[in-house]
Amino acid sequence: MATLIKDISLQEAIPTRIIFEKHIEFIKEYGQKDNSYEYGMTDYLRVSGMYWGLTALELVNSLPPQFEFVEYIKKCQDPSSGGISACLKHDPHILHTLSAVQILCIYNYLDAIDVDGVVRYIKSLQQQDGSFMGDKWGEIDTRFSFCAVATLSLLNRMDAIDVNKAVDFVASCKNFDGGFGSRPLSESHAGLIYCCVGFLSITNRLDIVDRDTLAWWLCERQLPSGGLNGRPEKLPDVCYSWWVLSTLTILGRLHWIDQDSLKNFILACQDTETGGFADRPGDIADPFHTLFGLAAMSLLGHESIQKVNPTFCMPQHVIDRLQLKPQIFID
Amino acid sequence: MSDSSDENDSQYVLYRDRPEWKNVTPLKQDDADEPVVAIDYTEAFVDCFDYFRAILKNKEISERALELTQTAAHLNPANYTVWQYRRDILKGLDKDLNEELDYIETVILKQTKNYQVWHHRKVIVEWLKDPSKEKYLTEAVLTKDAKNYHAWQHRQWVIKTFKLFDGELDYVDCLITDDVRNNSAWNQRYFIINNTTGFTEEVLKREIDYTLLHIKIVTENESAWNYLRGLLLHAKEGLSKNKRVSDFCEELYASGNRSPFLLAVIVDMCCEVASDGAGDTRYTVERAKELCGELMTKYDKVRANYWQHMIETMDNVGKKGTEDEGSSVN
Repeated sequence: MATLIKDISLQEAIPTRIIFEKHIEFIKEYGQKDNSYEYGMTDYLRVSGMYWGLTALELVNSLPPQFEFVEYIKKCQDPSSGGISACLKHDPHILHTLSAVQILCIYNYLDAIDVDGVVRYIKSLQQQDGSFMGDKWGEIDTRFSFCAVATLSLLNRMDAIDVNKAVDFVASCKNFDGGFGSRPLSESHAGLIYCCVGFLSITNRLDIVDRDTLAWWLCERQLPSGGLNGRPEKLPDVCYSWWVLSTLTILGRLHWIDQDSLKNFILACQDTETGGFADRPGDIADPFHTLFGLAAMSLLGHESIQKVNPTFCMPQHVIDRLQLKPQIFID
Repeated sequence: MSDSSDENDSQYVLYRDRPEWKNVTPLKQDDADEPVVAIDYTEAFVDCFDYFRAILKNKEISERALELTQTAAHLNPANYTVWQYRRDILKGLDKDLNEELDYIETVILKQTKNYQVWHHRKVIVEWLKDPSKEKYLTEAVLTKDAKNYHAWQHRQWVIKTFKLFDGELDYVDCLITDDVRNNSAWNQRYFIINNTTGFTEEVLKREIDYTLLHIKIVTENESAWNYLRGLLLHAKEGLSKNKRVSDFCEELYASGNRSPFLLAVIVDMCCEVASDGAGDTRYTVERAKELCGELMTKYDKVRANYWQHMIETMDNVGKKGTEDEGSSVN
């Protein structure tokens, strides 16, 4: 029977290098355009957006001075719950709380916020079954389990939550194919696998992972174009270059995929006119895919990009400064 | 915002020009002192969110505030604060939640990949304790995008919370008939069985038959092969000793089929037999290594390093029996 694989074909002229100067310009200018309708439309993800942009800039040694960012984050902390919101006057959310803490760690400026407040907030979101809500409105999935332990680990306050119960919940989301989903028995998905394996790396419980079953499933994400998808029969996307590669790195199985064809796919996702990376060639570039394109290239050993930590998606020197050693498999 | 929006209609009136809003002072976005970015939104957007910030600040619970959240959600459906405040208002005014279900359905059908709108739906269903419209809604979404993760998550939540398993296996069967590679549907199959009958011997037999039938239709189908492996995790005899499965694989192989997934299963059967030390003579380490070699060079070149690893693992199995390969964590 003929095989039809869902994939894309790459353009003829693929850039042969990472156009760093364009990407730096792209991120620095993002959102500063006069067309600020975009700015208003994205206020609900502002602090995470800052994390994507600033981490990307730091990875290519172009981090801007901290002042305005730290001041902004400070104002986004809700004094009563302790959580941090996406932007001023919004409600706090665990996604932005992690992003804020990551930015402050990069700048080495945790004093800017009420750390005890953040710890109190994370603790308040843990449920009886060990899972975490994203905010007080009760949405639950494994992304928030990752956010909770990543935040507390960066603050060196893991003792604040019931780690064993949190582990039990994540373990209950492991599927028969070795992957993980958002909730128990939800379909395996590379983004959620990163969250769960990252969670287990932080909590030192990689023993729960079926190492080679999962690594093989992740390798199956690579398509003939070289790109990686997030689930069977889906199109490749640069952000999965990060989620699949970081997990394979934690599993010590990065060498199982075809690195050259993946590098080629990532290079092809650069917008040579505007700068930045898009999800796939020809689409509109954004800071989210730009960070994950650069971070993936870092894992693949690009010499001009700083080493990135696969668990935290932060510069390795920051993780070293914090003396954190998230677990990874080594042969 | 690609769909036709109210604010573009000629009759759309800005909030600042509506008489019923005269007593509210709109609240400008407070980014002024440290302008990370200059601001110049479109007029309707600025106008609406200035009033939204004002009602949020005054904690106004009213019909007009409810209407305002609808406009704000339309302008930016991903803004979770808008939805949260809308729920406060719905509760405060003791609104008919069935109307809200109808409204959010129209939003979801336009915004199928938005976390906030699905979560809003879930909360309203919880408040109403009425799941009767949820299967229909998720089916409407899945008809257009059969792998939509949000729709599947919502459907699983509803089915599990309100015990609506009846008929679900038939629905999944339709989806698999439609697209045999639909991994979400195969996963849903597992979800239903796991939550109802469990994988009893009888169910296993039925499911193995079902899966083999579908593998026969498309042999290069990762989802069906993975499901088969998932089933066999529940079988006492393991991968290699299920005669039905091994005969099927051998027949397929003999017919000349070289699907990487078929070869991979035979490789694993060989490994299993080798580490058990005894069993089917069709499954030997030598055969597995040969297959891995073919996968590396011919049938699955992208994953050559994985197959190389398998060869090395088998060399170790040959030497050390069932011992662990000696990996460590750090």
